[in-house]
Amino acid sequence: MEHPARQPGASILELNDIQMSFGGVHALKGINHAVPEGIIQAVIGPNGAGKTTLFHCISGLLNPTEGSILFRGAEINGLAPHRIAHLGISRTFQHVALFKSMTVLENVMLGRHSRTRSGFWATGLRFPGMRSEERNIHKKAEAFLDLVGLADASRLQAGTLPLGKQKILEIARALATEPRLVLLDEPAGGLNMTETEELGVLIQKICQTGITVVLVEHDMNLVMDISDQILVLHYGQYLASGTPQHIKDDPAVIEAYLGEN
Amino acid sequence: MRTTDRWIFTVVFLLIAVFPWLVGRISGISHYIEVMIFAGIFSLVCLGLSLLMGYAGQISLAQAAFFGIGAYTSGILTARFDWNPWLAMPVGAVLAAAVAWIVGVPALRLRGHYLAMATLGFGVIVHIVFSEEVEWTGGPSGMVDIPGLAIAGWRISSEVQWYYLIWGIVFLALLFSFHILHSRVGRALRAIHEEEIAAEAMGVPTARYKVQIFVFGAVLAAIAGSFYTHYVTFLSPSSFNLMWSIRFVLMVMVGGMQSLWGALLGTVLLTFVGNEWLQVFADFEVLVYGAILLVVALFLPQGLISVLRRGPGGARSSVSRLGGEG
Repeated sequence: MEHPARQPGASILELNDIQMSFGGVHALKGINHAVPEGIIQAVIGPNGAGKTTLFHCISGLLNPTEGSILFRGAEINGLAPHRIAHLGISRTFQHVALFKSMTVLENVMLGRHSRTRSGFWATGLRFPGMRSEERNIHKKAEAFLDLVGLADASRLQAGTLPLGKQKILEIARALATEPRLVLLDEPAGGLNMTETEELGVLIQKICQTGITVVLVEHDMNLVMDISDQILVLHYGQYLASGTPQHIKDDPAVIEAYLGEN
Repeated sequence: MRTTDRWIFTVVFLLIAVFPWLVGRISGISHYIEVMIFAGIFSLVCLGLSLLMGYAGQISLAQAAFFGIGAYTSGILTARFDWNPWLAMPVGAVLAAAVAWIVGVPALRLRGHYLAMATLGFGVIVHIVFSEEVEWTGGPSGMVDIPGLAIAGWRISSEVQWYYLIWGIVFLALLFSFHILHSRVGRALRAIHEEEIAAEAMGVPTARYKVQIFVFGAVLAAIAGSFYTHYVTFLSPSSFNLMWSIRFVLMVMVGGMQSLWGALLGTVLLTFVGNEWLQVFADFEVLVYGAILLVVALFLPQGLISVLRRGPGGARSSVSRLGGEG
């Protein structure tokens, strides 16, 4: 899929008064935020701030109790997750959710699902169109593995990879859906320092291809290094938003993270 | 197909092909051909069920009902309305597909084992209909006067002819299923089985795939039912009750859920157990099945096929088994 020329400043994602309650628990209490296209947007906050809940709402796994989510100007809340994936939002998971007994390559090939179409009969009867599509899926998946540096592992079972590589594989699978917006949920969790640095480079590379990145992350060095914009949540509420420099000096953020001392 | 599967396919194909000749040379087991015809018919049911259980992670307790829908549709249309059997067969398949869709859509939209519950109830209802609609089905006393099968005017009369017809169809269904598994659709099914939420978030319409595979299984079961009807030429509701649905589930489990070869092995084995070796137990048959299920669930959760895989020669690590392209 081609990415049309970006209009600088246009927002790819708009959150309008997002509220999410589970019974009496209010996980998100009215989040308003706009993500400009083509940037790296970080979402930070102490545990329980509602970051993952927000990701679940954007990717359709949860339907917000109140408010609307606009993706490229169109409302997406209430759509099934696979529809949202098809529109161009992909994601990774905080707790790795790979298809563990499938190979590394097959995991990425699965990512091509919404960009391909051979159905039940076409695959069962092995129509010629299906075969060339399959070759294409294979080729593209290999290219994405190449991009993230996992080409050598393509035949291994995904579950046998070390955690760090599993996290990277999830990114490759997400990229294979050809998203315009990718949500990375704690991609550096469980990575060592070298791996985290490589991850930072990879995320910047992804952004340079025109994909907007939204990142939930606890590794502050990584966040401060690569983010263009940071949104801070605290107990399901908006706390602050701005550039890394701005956030670093924000007294409300410092208090939320360090307590009253 | 992958190289391993292609290899197994050839070997199994040859074994099945020479089986009648082999059996003919050994005295006392010539009726094994007949048992194998039933095993082939049941294999069609179990292939569909194996895809549903092993790859979409759902259980159906209505496969005997779909089997019966195919059987009775064929029986009624041919015996009562003089239809050509080959025309009646697709009608049964379409009917089973429609019914499966109606049962499957609401049950499969929910995550979890709602399909098992829905099909359990549905299977019981279908069985009651077969027993009570005496005017159509003949009720418990059965349905007779069902014609046999003929291909282009040539009647399929001998057991050996039936054997090759049924197993030819089993191999076609097997080929179709393997093609599905090693493709975009198969990857989606396996992904649903492993991480449903991730599959959905990566763009797989999980509910639609589960319905599709359930419908496919119902169609295979109905086609099997049609062949059963014309082979046996007599129908009675007791062949389509809940016990039979459980038996089909058991066949898939004994062989190994995540393998079509396992489903085939389990079906052949349990058909021999049921038709041949268990006759002595008579009424205690149910107990024996229960015991088999218990042993398999406790000691062989991956089914008998996992033993063969680990054994010498057949040993393949799970990495290479799942590895490579389709």
